[in-house]
Amino acid sequence: MNKKGRLFLGVIMLMLVVLVLSSCGQDKRVVLNVYNWGDYIDESVIDTFEKKYNIRVNYDTFSTNEDMYVKIKSGGANYDVLFPSDYTIERMIKEDMLAKLDFNNIPNYKYIEERFKNLDYDPQNEYSVPYMWGTVGILYNKTMVDEPVTSWRILWDQKYNKQILMLDSQRDSIGVALKMLGYDMNTRNLEELEAAKEALIQQKPLVLAYVGDDVKDKMIAGEAALAVVWSGDAVNMKQESSDLEYALPREGSNLWFDAMVVPKTSKHKAEAEKFINFMCEPEIAFKNADYIDYSSPHREVKKMLDPALLNDPAAYPKEEDLVNYDIFKDLGDYLKVYDRIWTEVKAH
Amino acid sequence: MKRFLKKGYAALIYLFLYAPILILIVFSFNASKSRGTWAGFTFNWYLQLFKDRQIMKALSNTMIIAVLSAVIATVIGTAAAIGIHNMKRLKKTIVMNLTYIPVVNPDIVTGLSLMLLFVFSNFQLGFVSLLLAHITFNIPYVILSVMPKLKQLDKHLYEAALDLGATPFEAYRKVILPEIMPGVFTGLLLAFTLSVDDFVISFFTTGSGVSTLSIIIYSMARRGINPKINALSSLLFLTVLLLLIIVNLRMSGENKKKE
Repeated sequence: MNKKGRLFLGVIMLMLVVLVLSSCGQDKRVVLNVYNWGDYIDESVIDTFEKKYNIRVNYDTFSTNEDMYVKIKSGGANYDVLFPSDYTIERMIKEDMLAKLDFNNIPNYKYIEERFKNLDYDPQNEYSVPYMWGTVGILYNKTMVDEPVTSWRILWDQKYNKQILMLDSQRDSIGVALKMLGYDMNTRNLEELEAAKEALIQQKPLVLAYVGDDVKDKMIAGEAALAVVWSGDAVNMKQESSDLEYALPREGSNLWFDAMVVPKTSKHKAEAEKFINFMCEPEIAFKNADYIDYSSPHREVKKMLDPALLNDPAAYPKEEDLVNYDIFKDLGDYLKVYDRIWTEVKAH
Repeated sequence: MKRFLKKGYAALIYLFLYAPILILIVFSFNASKSRGTWAGFTFNWYLQLFKDRQIMKALSNTMIIAVLSAVIATVIGTAAAIGIHNMKRLKKTIVMNLTYIPVVNPDIVTGLSLMLLFVFSNFQLGFVSLLLAHITFNIPYVILSVMPKLKQLDKHLYEAALDLGATPFEAYRKVILPEIMPGVFTGLLLAFTLSVDDFVISFFTTGSGVSTLSIIIYSMARRGINPKINALSSLLFLTVLLLLIIVNLRMSGENKKKE
């Protein structure tokens, strides 16, 4: 026993020494806390930033807007740069959680395409700088679908019984039904929502599964013919399997953005703006776009990209194809109605 | 026939237990990022794993937190168990029930209430709050694994040690502790595993800059779990396997010596 006891004591001492050393060894550089989506950056970019500006970066990741929101709202976490999506930015602005950016410190903002500035979630563009954007559309397997895919209606076609994958995400799936019926994705009209509910219930027998991230594996393996997917994932999947093609439905769909913002609680706002500016440098923005495969709102990145990708409607849809594409708005309390509709669909 | 059924049943159980891990290991060598297709053999993910600063940092965080919280919780828990064991009946029942509650309490309640406590008391969320949270949820498990050993103990052992001239502290250290050591060790291992495993409580109690493996893996949900994680999990599994084999070999060696 004595031997074991000493071993225990030894381990404790060792761990304490490691702990003390690791906290002592930290340098005096400013520490910038960055909170981004998982696997959503080329990590070499962070090293470059640290060397260039002599700022240490603490890089953390989250998996949903809601996770991130809870962390910031609780006041416990201390982040300087966040990457939320459109409707969350709108909500955080409403709740006075974001700091107004000083665009004099972000000269590279000039590279962002005009059409991605002053969007509804940040109308005066005072709080956010877009990072990535994309659409929601239909991914289909060319060997299983002969006809051209142009409309959401194909997801209601009896021919594809048990070959359709829908997203297990209420706003996306209700949004698809709303768009199919010709309504707005942010509607607050109860009749329209009830119609969408009926449509989804009617579609349910045809649906193989409501899926999340596993949609990728299923589509690559050829388990289903049609799936609702985010455009960035579509680009990924097309690289894995040449049978897959992405289509933008003519009724319109969802257009989404992830943008960089600084929370009000940040203690290093100037450094945070440096970081945002750095992320908009052409070389850096290109590295990220190339790693993530999502669409970049950056003018110069488009010039550096592979022309094949640039002509791919999944990656960079033409502007004229994006009429009737809605950006999600923060629904506030009305979200409860969407909750109820989705529960009723899932429980049916 | 009966023997065949028996063996088949056992084989089936082990198949269900180990098939997922086997598949995980196989796919850590898959050249494609997708889990749906096999695109050839590669060591690439292992190379990338060691270059990934974020994952490596999370791994070291996870291990440091797990070891520290397990050791500290074991010390506190063992002392608590000995104290509780010597209490009067009614008091003992009350305290033991208080010990059970955190164990049956859902993680989400523990996590949220710890976070609220830290935020309320203006305690900066980070490494220390994460460590404190892990120690907190580990302590009951240690108590619960030490208690049965104490119950098995002969009541008069401690008195006999005192009679033979040991001070109370010596009696505990040299007589009681060796007897309950298997329980203490189980508690330590349990605490370590639970700490590595935990996501919910860690998620709520960690602050900026301190992520554990479970948090990182969960945050990859949107873009798909990177195969680097498969490689890491395979390595962790092999490490545990190796440790188990070493422990077993040593134990059988010691047993032989005794015989």
